Amino acid sequence: MSRLILDLLWHATGETLIMVLVSGFIAVLFGLPLAVFMVVAGRGGLYPLPVLPRLLGVVIDAIRAVPFIILLVLLIPFTRMVVGSALGTTAAIVPLSIAAIPYFARIAEVSLREVDHGLVDAVRAMGGTRWMVIRYVLLPESMPALVSGITVTLVTLVGASAMAGTIGAGGLGDLAIRYGYQRFNTTVMLGVVAVLIVLVTGMQALGNWLSRILRHSERTRSAD
Amino acid sequence: MSLLQVEHLTRSFGGQPALKDISFTVGKGDSLGIIGRSGAGKSTLLRCLCGLDRPQSGRILLEGQDLAVLPESQIIPLRRRIGLVFQHFNLLTSRTVAANVALPLEIAGIPRDQRVKRVAELLDLVGLADHANKYPAMLSGGQKQRVGIARALAAQPALLLCDEATSALDPETTESILALLNSINRELGLTIVFITHEMDVVRALAKHVLVLDHGRIIARGLPADILEETSLQAALPPNMERSPQEGSHAVVRLTVDQNLIMAPLLQNVQEMCQTQASLLRVIPAEDAEYQVLDVLLQVGDVSVATMNFLQQNCHAAEVVGYVPAHS
Repeated sequence: MSRLILDLLWHATGETLIMVLVSGFIAVLFGLPLAVFMVVAGRGGLYPLPVLPRLLGVVIDAIRAVPFIILLVLLIPFTRMVVGSALGTTAAIVPLSIAAIPYFARIAEVSLREVDHGLVDAVRAMGGTRWMVIRYVLLPESMPALVSGITVTLVTLVGASAMAGTIGAGGLGDLAIRYGYQRFNTTVMLGVVAVLIVLVTGMQALGNWLSRILRHSERTRSAD
Repeated sequence: MSLLQVEHLTRSFGGQPALKDISFTVGKGDSLGIIGRSGAGKSTLLRCLCGLDRPQSGRILLEGQDLAVLPESQIIPLRRRIGLVFQHFNLLTSRTVAANVALPLEIAGIPRDQRVKRVAELLDLVGLADHANKYPAMLSGGQKQRVGIARALAAQPALLLCDEATSALDPETTESILALLNSINRELGLTIVFITHEMDVVRALAKHVLVLDHGRIIARGLPADILEETSLQAALPPNMERSPQEGSHAVVRLTVDQNLIMAPLLQNVQEMCQTQASLLRVIPAEDAEYQVLDVLLQVGDVSVATMNFLQQNCHAAEVVGYVPAHS
């Protein structure tokens, strides 16, 4: 593998990581509050509202229903409006974030709903306000599951960012299309695949490790 | 003045009444056991008492303030006057033992240095001082419930509510948790209201008892009276009638000495009184002091002579009902 190809791979990996991490961060930043709202305002929640959570649910599912490659194209005018261009790594972050926000919101919603309702009751019975229930129960208790959800979202974003490469986003997908596919360079293609595999397995391992630590469940039982 | 006063409490779900006209009072330092089968309305009552659920009508006065009608914002400080102990402990898995116990204090806005001091006191009280920095997942069931009790006591509540606090524990652990609750009631003078379906728990802990059935209070009083009544009721044959039918047998309740050997007595009834007598049920003594047992006999023909014979040989004998001969 020549020096040139290695440089290309190195550069593309950096672009992919930036796209994935920034859009992942935005997904959590907006997706988590959305999920909290859906759970708290939903049926049987702490602060049930009749219409808004359902309306939001429809919007979230509508975005999730559009295949990413189509969403990419659909969002080109919006992307141009936000970052001034539809090409490049920064531009790709816009559609990636828009696709990832509802994706993560749904995952986080499930995690939040799985928190034992008895714990909510416990804090309410202590005289906790609804905000305290969110802060002391819902978020910390679902943290291991949320971390797993973030991991899944990031791995999905790695795949999506490669797809964004087809419309000139830069990163590993772009490299694979332009060098591996259009110039029949098998070495680049295989290199990209190898990097993607390492990236994804690494992320997954890190996510699993963090989630396990947060679970605090190692049974180092002393005398009963 | 009573600490907790419940008046004509009614709660129904979708037209199906779960609690009907419940009234009772709990004095300071009392220990009230609410016993009933599952579905009797115990849990609904407890949720109303701690302000997590609202009754449709009636009043729940805690230290003079009505939990049933106050708006949510005013109920919040009132809930801090109540400590709740749960069947399944409901400890936060994301917090250490010490942080779990500190939570009610954090919620009440107690400064950090005071929290640390109070948590240490409480962990000492429940015997978990060495486990302060462990997470709940590393504890046994009994230890978790001790944390639950420490947490319930943290904000110095006026009332401790226990929701089947020992139902998820094995018998030995149950005993130690009951002993802890007992000492909290007796030594700290804290008022306890607990719901359970186990007579043993009532026997160990209650000063007063309410029996709940189908959302109504069907009996109330001192544990000894209630236990005797309810265990006798449970032991009676289900097809028993109040009045004799043609050819029916009598059900006789005997109070006998604990050391009495039944076989000769039954044989004697047959020989002396010319009638069949069979043993239906022995009801274990509720109070070891008395050294007596209640025994139910099915007797073919209850003549005056038979009853006289039984009364001579036992502490007491009475006909409680009649059953068909073949049963």
